[in-house]
Amino acid sequence: MTDIDATFAAADAADETATLTPGQVFRRRMFGHTGFLIGAGLIALIALVAIFAPLLAPHDPFAQSLSTRMLPPAWVDGGTWDHIFGTDQNGRDYLSRLIYGTRVSITIGIGAATIGLLIGVTLGVLAGYFGGWVDHGISFLLTAQLALPGLLLAMALVFIIGPSIWVVIGIVGVLHWTYYLVVTRSATQRIRNLDFVAAAAASGANPRQIIWHEILPNLFSSIIVIFTFELGIAILAESSLSFLGVGIQPPTPSWGLMIAEGKQAMFYRPWLVILPGVCLFLLVIGANLMGDGLRDITSPEGRNE
Amino acid sequence: MSALLEIRDLSVALPLPAGTLHAVREVDLTLDRGQSIGIVGESGSGKSMTALALMRLLPRGARHGATRLAFDGVDLASLSDAGFAREIAGPRIGMIFQEPMTSLNPVYTIGRQMTEGAVSRGMLSAPDARRKALDLLDRVGIPDPETRFGQFPHQMSGGQRQRVMIAMTLMLDPELLIADEPTTALDVTVQAQILDLLDDLRRERDMATILISHDLAVVAERTDSVAVMYGGQVIEQGAADDVLHRPAHPYTQSLLHAIPQVGGTPARLSAIPGTVPSLTRPPTACVFAPRCDHRRAECVAQRPPTRTGASGHAWRCVLETPPRSGRGAEPLRAPPTAANADIVLAARDVRQVYTTRKAMFAAKREIVALDGVSIDLHRGETLALIGESGSGKSTLARILLGLAEPTSGEVTMLGRPVAALSPVERASFVQPVFQDPYSSLNPRRRLSEIIERPLWLRGEHDAAKRKAAVDEAMDHVRLPKRLLHSYPSQLSGGQRQRVAIARALVTRPEALVCDEPTSALDVSVQAQILNLLDDLRAEMGLTCLIITHDMAVVHQVADRVAVMLEGRIVEEGPAQRVLASPESAYTARLLAAAPRFEAVPDRLEVAQ
Amino acid sequence: MLRYIALRGLLALLVAFTVSLAAFFLLNVATDPAQAIAGEDAPPEVVESIRARYGLDRPLPVRYADWLGGVMTGDFGESYYWHKPVATLVADRADETITLALSALAVTILIAIPLGALAALNPNSWIDRFALGVAVSAQAVPNFWLGLIVIILFAVTFPIFPVSGDDTWRHFVLPAFVLGASSVPAVMRLTRTGLIEVMGADYIRTARAKGFRGWPLLRRHALRNALLPVISVLAVQLGQKFGGSVITESIFAINGLGRLALESILGADIPTVQMLIFVFAIVFVAMNLLADILNAALDPRIRIG
Repeated sequence: MTDIDATFAAADAADETATLTPGQVFRRRMFGHTGFLIGAGLIALIALVAIFAPLLAPHDPFAQSLSTRMLPPAWVDGGTWDHIFGTDQNGRDYLSRLIYGTRVSITIGIGAATIGLLIGVTLGVLAGYFGGWVDHGISFLLTAQLALPGLLLAMALVFIIGPSIWVVIGIVGVLHWTYYLVVTRSATQRIRNLDFVAAAAASGANPRQIIWHEILPNLFSSIIVIFTFELGIAILAESSLSFLGVGIQPPTPSWGLMIAEGKQAMFYRPWLVILPGVCLFLLVIGANLMGDGLRDITSPEGRNE
Repeated sequence: MSALLEIRDLSVALPLPAGTLHAVREVDLTLDRGQSIGIVGESGSGKSMTALALMRLLPRGARHGATRLAFDGVDLASLSDAGFAREIAGPRIGMIFQEPMTSLNPVYTIGRQMTEGAVSRGMLSAPDARRKALDLLDRVGIPDPETRFGQFPHQMSGGQRQRVMIAMTLMLDPELLIADEPTTALDVTVQAQILDLLDDLRRERDMATILISHDLAVVAERTDSVAVMYGGQVIEQGAADDVLHRPAHPYTQSLLHAIPQVGGTPARLSAIPGTVPSLTRPPTACVFAPRCDHRRAECVAQRPPTRTGASGHAWRCVLETPPRSGRGAEPLRAPPTAANADIVLAARDVRQVYTTRKAMFAAKREIVALDGVSIDLHRGETLALIGESGSGKSTLARILLGLAEPTSGEVTMLGRPVAALSPVERASFVQPVFQDPYSSLNPRRRLSEIIERPLWLRGEHDAAKRKAAVDEAMDHVRLPKRLLHSYPSQLSGGQRQRVAIARALVTRPEALVCDEPTSALDVSVQAQILNLLDDLRAEMGLTCLIITHDMAVVHQVADRVAVMLEGRIVEEGPAQRVLASPESAYTARLLAAAPRFEAVPDRLEVAQ
Repeated sequence: MLRYIALRGLLALLVAFTVSLAAFFLLNVATDPAQAIAGEDAPPEVVESIRARYGLDRPLPVRYADWLGGVMTGDFGESYYWHKPVATLVADRADETITLALSALAVTILIAIPLGALAALNPNSWIDRFALGVAVSAQAVPNFWLGLIVIILFAVTFPIFPVSGDDTWRHFVLPAFVLGASSVPAVMRLTRTGLIEVMGADYIRTARAKGFRGWPLLRRHALRNALLPVISVLAVQLGQKFGGSVITESIFAINGLGRLALESILGADIPTVQMLIFVFAIVFVAMNLLADILNAALDPRIRIG
C-alpha cells in the first residue's frame, strides 16, 4: 500500500486546477471574466427594474396629458425634472414607459427562448442520439425551417391571429429553435460515441436513462449559453414586430413600438427614437456578453481573460 | 569536426490560464553530422517541445531561450524568423510529425505539396521538381508514383501518408531530419517499415536524425545515442548502449523495469508510483524525487548535480554512484488457470457485415468486419485478442458486450444465448473497460455516482448496500475512499482507468472485456494497471478478455491468445506457445515487427 | 460530382415545397381569407359569396393542390388586394430587392472577412478586441433602429445621402449598410474561428516546417481551407437578406419585395404573402445549393469521395 500513498502524494502535489471540482473551476473563471460580469450585471439590473417597475416609475406609464405633449428630456431647453426623459406624443412620461418596457422585453425574451429550447433540444437530442432516419427527418425539418422567411411568417401569423403578448411569445418561440437543434445535435452525436455512454449501455441502461443521466447533464452548459443568446434574439424579434405594427399593440409600452411611434417625430424629437433603442441595445448586449462569457467559462480549455 | 547541432541550456515556457508551464528546462544536446539521437520520455516530458523550439514551431505565446543554439556553426539566435524560414527550415532541417492523417493539407494534391517548397525557393524548376518528387515517392515505397502524384491525401492510408511526408521532407535534401513520434499513430507492422525506411535513408544520405518517441524500444534499436527526458529535463543521456544497458538514473532504471517484454517468463512489472509531475513551478529539487525509491533528504532540498560516466554518459542525480537496481523480478501473483474450467462467454461463428453508402442514395457497399469468428472465454483465464487496426477486434468486443448485434452467429453467456437476456441480466455477466480513460467517465458525475450507477440500473435501491459495494470496489482497484466525491477531471489517467475498472467490478460480473486498457497510458502507469489486473486475478479469480495491439502486453498478462486479421482469427493457442513458435505467418510478422530491445530487466547491468 | 449536385438540387426543391406547404396551411388555418377580403364588418352573405367566388369553400388539400398546379405553370393566383396577378406584382418589384440584397452582401463581405481575418491572425491583440466589440455591438443593435439612426445622422444631420427612395445608387448606400451590418457578426466570427483553427492545424505546422511563413503561408495553405465554411454561411446570409429586406425597405421606402410583403400582410392579401414566402424559400435553397457546389469544387474530399 505504500505505492498507493506515494501515488496520491504526487497527484496532490500536481497542479492546483486539477484538484478543483468543475463547480469551483466555473466560479473561479466566472469571477475572472470581465465580459461575463458586465453582461450579467446589465441583465440583473434590467431584471430588477422589471420586477420593481411600479416602485421605480415616477409616473403612471399610461396617463396621458395633452398639456405636456412631447416635452424634451430634462437637460434640454424646455425640459423639466418632473419628466426626466421628457414625454411622448400623448404626454405620457417617457422614463416610466421605458421602465415598464423592460417587462415586455424580458417576458417575451424568456418565454420565447424557453419555447425554442424545448423544441430545439428535444429534436436535437433525438436526432443526435438515434441517428439514421430520425436524423434525416429532423435535419430536413431544420433545412425547411431555415428556408422559411421567419420574420415574414411571424408578421403574417401575428397579424392574422391577432396581436397579443402571448401570441408574440408563441410565434417567436416556435420560429427560433434551430440554433438549439444544431448545437445539441452535434454535441449529442459526439457524446453518444464516448465510452461512458457505451459503459452505461453495457450496464443495462435504456436510451431514456442514457439520455437523461449521461447526455443531458453534459449538454447543460451549451444549452444555457444558447438560451442567453436566444434571449437577445427573441427580444430583437419582438421589437421588430412591434416596430412594424404587427407585435405588441398600443398602449402597452414596448420599446419597439415606442420607436415606431417616435419615428413620426424623429427629425425634431430624436430622443423619442434614441432612448428606447439604447435600452434595447443595453439589454441585448448584456445577454450577448453573458452568452459569450458563459461560452468561454464553460469551454474545456477556458479562455485567458 | 564541429557538431552539426548544438543546444545549450534550452528552456521553453508556455503561458496557461493557471500559470506558466515550464515545459523544457536546461536541455543540452549535441548531434554530429550523420548521427542519430533518440529523445525518449513519457507524456509531458518536454521531448516534442524541445524539437518544436528548435524549429520555431512553438505555439503562440510560448517563449524559449538558450545560451547557445547553433546549426553547423551558425548561431540560430542571430537569424530573424524570415531568415530562419528561408535558410534553415526545410533545406537544412526537415521535420515530420505524429499524425500523418492531418499533417498534409486536405485540399491540395500530393504533388503540389511536395514540389512547392523547392519551386518557390527557386531550387528546382517545376518539371525538375516533379521528376525528383516521383523518384522520391518511388524511393519511399509508394507504388505507382505517377498516379499518386495527382491524388489528394484522403485517398491514401496512414502509412502511405507518412511515407509521402518523408518524401516531401527529402525534396529539400535536409542535413538533419527530426521525426516527432513518426509511427505512434500507425500499426505495428507499418511502424517497423517506416522506421526501417528512416534508417536506410539516414545511411544513404548521411543525414543526421532526431527520433522522438515515448517508446524506449522504438528508439533503442535505431539510434546512436539516447536522451531520456523527464519533467522537462534531460535526466540522462549517452550512447544508446550505455543508457539502455547500464542506466544510471533511477528513473531510467525504473522505466526499463516497467516495460513489459516479449521474451522470458512474465513477472511483476516494477511500476513507478504516482504520475508525471506538472511543471507549473520552477524546480527547486530533483523532478523525479516524489516518485523515486532512492529518495533522500538532499533530493528535495537541492537540485541534483550532473554526473558523468564513460564516453559522454551523463545523468542528474544526487547519488554519487548509480543505485543498484535492487528489485528482483517478483513472480506474477495469479496462478495459471485450469484448462477445463467452464466457458463463461462464447461466440459461435459470428459474422458482422456493415453496409455503408458513400453519400445519401449512393450505391451500397458491404464491409465484412467479422467473418465467422468463434471464441471461448473460460472462467478465471485471461484471453488476449490481438490484431491491428481494422482487424475487427473492437467490433467483436462490442458484440461480446451485447452493445451490437451480429449479422449472424451467436454469443452465449454461461450457455444462454445473449439475445434471450435482458440488458440488465447481460450486464451482470460481462462488463467493459475502455481504452481512453478521458472519455470513459461522465465528466459531470462524481466518482461515487459513476461507480454505483450499474447497481442502481440493476435495481439496487438500498443506498447502504450500494455504498458498501462501491467501497469494496474502490479497495479492489486501490483507490482511497476520499476520492469518492471527486469528479473525473480531478484525476490522472491511471486513476481514471482504475475507476473504470471499479465500475466494471461493482456488480461482480462473470467477466471483463478490456479494449486496449493501457494503450492510452504512459509506460509507468501502464505497469500499474497491468499489475492491478494480476492482483485482481489472484484475489477474485477475474475472468478477462483483453484486446490489444501490443505483443508485450499479451506476453505479460495472457494465458491464451487469439490473433485476428481482417475479421478472422488466424491463430489461437496458449500465449507462451504462440509467442515462442507462431504457426501463422501473420503472427510471425506481428512478432517480428514488435519493437523490442535486448535489455532484459532481470539482467540489467549497472554503470561503473 | 454531377450526381451529388443533382441530389442536392432535388433536396432543395423538396425543401422549398415543404416550406410552401407549411406556409399555406398556417396562413389558411389561422385566418378566414374570405372574411379578410370582405373586411371585418362585412355581412355573412357577402363573405359567403366571396368564399364561393375564390373557391375558398373547398377543402384545404384541394386548394393547396390547386395552388401547386398553378405554380407549375407560373400562375401564382390573383392578389386579393391589388387585383392583379401575384406573379406580375412580384416580378415588378424584384429588381430593387435583388440590388439591395447583393449590395448588402458586399457590405458584409467587405467588413466582416478582413476584420475576422485580421483578428484571427492577431489573437488577443487590440484588433481582435475591436473586432469582437464590433461583433457584439452589431448583434445587439436592433436593425430598424440602426436604420433610423443612420437616417438621422447621414441624411439629416449630415445630408450626404438621400433619406429614402430607390432611384439612384446613392439611395442604396444607407440601406445596404444597414442590411449588411446585420450579417457582420456571424460572418466575422466564423472567419475568425475558422482561420484560427486552420492556423493551428497540423498541415500548417508542416508547411511552416518546410519554411513557409507570412503571406505565402496564408495564401498557399490557409485561405482556401478557412474560406470553405465561410462560403456556406454567406449563402445562408444572402438567402436571409431577402426576408430581412422587409424592415430595411419599409424604413428607406424602397419599393421592393420586402415592402410588398408588409403591405400585403397588412392588407391580408394571402396569395401575395404565400408567393413571397415561396420565392424567398426558393432563393434561400438556391443560394445554399450554390454554396454546396462551390464547396464541392474547392474541397476534393467532397469532390472525390
